[in-house]
Amino acid sequence: MTVNARTPLSTLKSHLSAACAAAALLIAAGGAQAADLNALIWCDHSDPALLQPFEEANNVKVNVKEFEGTGAGLAIVDQSQPGDWDVMVIDSIDVPRGVEKGLFEPLPEDKLPFADLFAEVKMDKSTIVDGKRYGITEKFGYNTIGFNKTKVDPADMQSLASLTSDKYKGKVAIYDYYLPVIGMAALAIGKKTADLTEADLPALKAEILKMKANAKLVGEVTASQTALATGEVDILVGGGEWVTAGLAKENPALDFSIPKEGAVLWSQSLAMFKDSRNKDMALKFIQYIMSPEGQARLATSSCYWGMPANKKAALTDEQKNILRFDEQPGFLARAQAYPAPNADLDKKMQDMWTEMLQAQ
Amino acid sequence: MAFTRNNSRAPPWALVTPALAWTLLFFVLPFIAMGLSSLTAHEGGAFTLANYSQFFTDPSYWRAMVNSLEVTGTVTIVSILLAYPFAWILAEMVPQRWQRLALMLAVLPFWTSYVVRSYSWLLVLAQNGVVNRALTGIGLIGEPLQLANTRFATVTGFVHFFVMLLTLTIFANLKQLSPSYRKAAADLGAGPIRTFLHVVLPLTLPGIMVGAFLTFVLCIGDYITPQILGGNNELVMPQLVMMQIGRRGDFPLASALSIILMAVVTIAYLTCARWLKIERA
Repeated sequence: MTVNARTPLSTLKSHLSAACAAAALLIAAGGAQAADLNALIWCDHSDPALLQPFEEANNVKVNVKEFEGTGAGLAIVDQSQPGDWDVMVIDSIDVPRGVEKGLFEPLPEDKLPFADLFAEVKMDKSTIVDGKRYGITEKFGYNTIGFNKTKVDPADMQSLASLTSDKYKGKVAIYDYYLPVIGMAALAIGKKTADLTEADLPALKAEILKMKANAKLVGEVTASQTALATGEVDILVGGGEWVTAGLAKENPALDFSIPKEGAVLWSQSLAMFKDSRNKDMALKFIQYIMSPEGQARLATSSCYWGMPANKKAALTDEQKNILRFDEQPGFLARAQAYPAPNADLDKKMQDMWTEMLQAQ
Repeated sequence: MAFTRNNSRAPPWALVTPALAWTLLFFVLPFIAMGLSSLTAHEGGAFTLANYSQFFTDPSYWRAMVNSLEVTGTVTIVSILLAYPFAWILAEMVPQRWQRLALMLAVLPFWTSYVVRSYSWLLVLAQNGVVNRALTGIGLIGEPLQLANTRFATVTGFVHFFVMLLTLTIFANLKQLSPSYRKAAADLGAGPIRTFLHVVLPLTLPGIMVGAFLTFVLCIGDYITPQILGGNNELVMPQLVMMQIGRRGDFPLASALSIILMAVVTIAYLTCARWLKIERA
C-alpha cells in the first residue's frame, strides 16, 4: 500500500475541496440513508428487474448512483463521508486502485460461489491483494469485432487485419475507450496485452492510427451502438456481446466474432466498502447478484447484456444462445486480459489515444 | 388602509450579503480549489506546473483549443448571420399581435432536452437520415454524404440552438430602438440600406454582442453536442477535460485545462465588454 506525502498546497487544496463538498452536502442533505443499501454502480445494475426482487426479499431500499470510469467513481467516494457507500461495481483490473486507497473490505470467500465461476474470469491477479480477495467478478465479455453480418463478409471478421483494410474503409466505428482498443491493436501486431510496455507504444500508435484512418467515428457506448444499429457503420472495433446481444431481437443481423488473433476480455467486479455501515446487507446484495437468478438478471440487464461470471446463471436457452454461452470455453481460451498499465504507462496510453482522436 | 414607509435600516452590505455568500461558496471557493488543484501532481500531490506545460507542449492538447475556437467562431458568426434577419422580420414585419406567438415558436427548441435534440440531429444527418434520403431521392447526389459525425454536424447542432438565443437578444434591441432614429435618417436623405448600415446596425450592436458573447461562452464550454454529433473525429476542450477524469481521475490536469478555457472566455469578455450593456438614450 502506498501513502502519499502531504504538501502545504495539497493540504490547502484538500481543505478547500472539503469546504466545497460540505456546501454541496448541505444542499443535498436528506439523500441516501444509512439504513438503505447505497451502491455505486454501472448502468446495468439500475434495472428494476434486477433490484426489485432483492429489495422485496430483504425489505431494503437500494439507492444507486451510476458512474462511468473508475476515476469518476473514486472521485465520488473521495467527496463522500466514510460509510456513505456500501458496495461498488468496478473494472476488475482496477480493484487494486480501491484497495490502495484503503476503501475495500476483504470478501468472505466461503460465503460466495467462487467454485461456480468460469475459472478464467476470477481475475485473481487483480481481485486478490496481499492474499486477501477484495473483488468478485460478476459479469464479463469481450472487446472484439461487432458487425452486421448482412453487410460484411463474416469470414473477414475472423481477422483483425480487416479493421484496417481498404475494403471496409468508412464502414467502421471505434469504441471510445483506450484500454480495450489498444489491447486489440496489441493483438493485431502480435503482442500480448499483459506484456505491453512503453517500448510498444510506437507500434501500437501506428496500428490505432490505421484504424482511425478507416473509421467513420469514435463513439462512447451509446453512440457506437447507435451507429451499428442504424447502419451508419457495419463494424464496431471493440464491440462484442455487450453491443449485439441486447439488440438481437430487434436486429438479428448484428453479431460478434472472436478473431484468430484473439479478443480482449473485459470483466467487472463487485467490492464491499470497508466503512460500510451495513455490511451484512452489502454481503447479501453481493450474494444475490452472484446467485443464479441474480446473474441471469444482471446478464440480460436492459442497459447492456454480458456474460454472467457464474456458470450456473439461470438463463433461458434463448438467452444462452444469444450470449453464445456454450462457445465460452473456446472464446475464453483465445481471449487476453485487459491491458493493466501502471499509472505512468496509463497516462502515456491515454495521450496516445488523444493523439489518435485528433488525427485527421 | 394607509401605506407606511418601510423604515427598516438594513445596512447596504446586508443586502448584498446573500449574493456575495452565494458567489463565494459556489464560485470563488471552487475556483480557488480548482486553481490549487491545477498546480499539483496527479500522483503525490506535489507542486508542479506540468499540467499547464502539457497543454502548451503537446500538439494534440492545444489542437483541442484551436478546434474549440474554430467551432465556436463559426457557430457565433453563422448564428448572427441567421438570427439578425430573423429578429428583424419578427420586430419589423410581423404584426404586433402576432409577435408574441412568433417569439414563442422561435424559442420552441429550448423546450426540448438538449441531449434529445442532439440525438435527433444525428438521426437527421445520418447516412440513412432525412437529409441524405431527400438528396438521393431527388437525384442531387448518388451516394449519401457523410454529414453526421463531422464538424459540420456539431456546428449545425449548435447553430440550431444559438440562433434562437441571438434572435431574442437582437429582437429585444430592435424593439427598444426608437422609430425617430430612422425618421431622422430619412429626413437627412439616407436610403433604407444606408439607414440600416449607419444607424440601425450600430445601435443594435449591443444586442448582437450580448448574444454573441453568450453564444461564445456556452458553445466553447459545451461537451454534449460535439460528443454526440462530432463523432469524436476531433476533440474540443471540454471533451479533453472529461477525458482526464473518466478512467484516470486526473483532476489536476482537468483543472489546468479548465482554467485555460476560463482564461479564453475572460479574454472574450474583455473584448466584448464595451458592448455588453444595452443602453438607449
